[in-house]
Amino acid sequence: MRAAVAQGALVVFGLVAVLVGTLLAFGLPVGPSLELIGQGAFGDKFGIARTAVKATPLLLTGLGIVVAWRARMYNIGGEGQFLAGALTGATIAKFALGVAPAALANVAILAGSVVGGALWATLAGWLSVRRGVDVVISTILLNFIAIEGLSWAVSGPLQEKKRQLPLTEALPDAAMLQRFDPQTDLHSGVFIAVVLAIAVYVFLFRTRVGFRLRVVGENERVARVNGMDADRIRLGAMALSGALCGLAGGVEYVGIAGQLSAKFSQNWGFLAIPVALLGALHPLAVIGSAAYFGALFAGSENLARFTPAGSTLVYVIQAVAVLAYVALRSWKARPPAGESE
Amino acid sequence: MIDAFRLLQYACPLALAAIGETISQKAGLINIGLEGQMLTAAYVAMVATQDTGSPWAGLLAGVVAGVLIAILTAWFTVRRGIDQVVVGTAVNLGALGLTGTLFRSRFGESGRLLSIPGIPSFGGYAGLDAVTLGMVLSVVLATWLLTRTGWGLAARSVGEYPSAAEAAGFSVFRLRTQAAVIGGAFAGLSGAYLTLGVNQSFAEGMTSGRGFVAIAMVTFGRWKPAWVLAASLLVGYAESLQFALQLQRSDIPYQLFKALPYILALVVLVLAGKGGQAPRALGTAYRRER
Repeated sequence: MRAAVAQGALVVFGLVAVLVGTLLAFGLPVGPSLELIGQGAFGDKFGIARTAVKATPLLLTGLGIVVAWRARMYNIGGEGQFLAGALTGATIAKFALGVAPAALANVAILAGSVVGGALWATLAGWLSVRRGVDVVISTILLNFIAIEGLSWAVSGPLQEKKRQLPLTEALPDAAMLQRFDPQTDLHSGVFIAVVLAIAVYVFLFRTRVGFRLRVVGENERVARVNGMDADRIRLGAMALSGALCGLAGGVEYVGIAGQLSAKFSQNWGFLAIPVALLGALHPLAVIGSAAYFGALFAGSENLARFTPAGSTLVYVIQAVAVLAYVALRSWKARPPAGESE
Repeated sequence: MIDAFRLLQYACPLALAAIGETISQKAGLINIGLEGQMLTAAYVAMVATQDTGSPWAGLLAGVVAGVLIAILTAWFTVRRGIDQVVVGTAVNLGALGLTGTLFRSRFGESGRLLSIPGIPSFGGYAGLDAVTLGMVLSVVLATWLLTRTGWGLAARSVGEYPSAAEAAGFSVFRLRTQAAVIGGAFAGLSGAYLTLGVNQSFAEGMTSGRGFVAIAMVTFGRWKPAWVLAASLLVGYAESLQFALQLQRSDIPYQLFKALPYILALVVLVLAGKGGQAPRALGTAYRRER
């Protein structure tokens, strides 16, 4: 336990160091920049709400990545599954609204997003298990197909009734997730995400199926010797992973946006990978890394006074943090002193 | 639809990246960061050309950028044995962030319309230039390198059975790093040509997935440079259809044409099935036994 706390402190220290280093590298004034980022992320209730709202899709998609990668299924398709979930939700909204009560429509949209994301990921899982197509490549290709699919849907079958803008019809307030303060965007999706993080933790570390999933990921031979159906477990891991990423799309849709456009996702499914990695592929630690990057995305908007970079700066921080993290971890596992080359 | 030289030009970045990726995959390295290498090279080529006024300086700068990222990647994946997918993903994200940040701080939030001198073409045939010709020639060179030289044999053995290759006296570390550097040079040239040959301009995220499609092309071409070129030309042709058909067939959504290369790549991978020709140690780290 104490070791875990010490490691956590080290990670936090490292993340701050990478942030400061990146600011320095791009010639930004460190003190004022940090102050502005802090102000934008935690300064007042607006900042805190912004951080929570940005961390939510990162956490949900991050959990999706954790489940798949734990089974050694390199799902890079969080982005496509996020969009597939949102698109399925919007399709349900088009038919359910006006027929079913709005609260019921809300639940149906979220359920649909889970199914849509799961199916999109299962396609890649199935191609891997049955046809030997590398998951990394197939999920990346499926991302691009989903992006074009969204672009087509919002100017085609799902376009708003007036058919003027490439957007879906805006949801009525009653079909949106509950908000707590009329002045901020904070919605109940934040709590859905945190509860699911705990649920994924229990699933992976406290259930038999979760244990099998991890065994398949860590050592396939051990899994097979013990009579586990590795292919089925992998397929299930992909489905669950896609379900979480799809739900992230659904929550973003009924929590914040209320309508879809071609630019609906701000790379959430893609950014989930560094979030999951820096959370050591552990569901509870991913809450922390999602919160950290949510805060950076929320706070970096404030940097406009110094630089037009904003979110791209956070991408650099994520990339450097991941590389530093994996390098340090490999160092601990194999100290370079004992190496001969 | 479009003439042959134009097609050659259009498919050239994809083909170059895929040929380089073939060499690195033969040595056992799958370079997920290819997209990021291309994007960085595309940006660097634009800046270098703008500052010097010479597209050749831009090409060179692009190649150098590609090689530098390859060395960085190889340090993580070959030297430290860190997962190739993890490192490649970080490289892509870093390249997207770095080029975006530099581009915005140099040219402003949206970036004004940039125009830079391109690679001159031969004899007035647009698309027939030093890079496209070099690309075709490089297919021959890559095939010769992989199948007819001692280095190629050693690199391939490292991609199949690294421990056996090491036992036979080859250095897995050195051969894989060399293969990564060759792949990086191709990726850099590919990104630079995207800026200097195809678009004569730069935009954020302009590689738009070509690096990933290039990885798929290697499987499609069964790890043989000539077939990888053929695959790239086919997909490049499918991609070019969107411009030609968009005007003629407004009843078909243009997004379908934009998605076509990705769909085509996926379908081909499905049909190709479990690739028996894939290097056996592809994507796995080699750790020396002690």
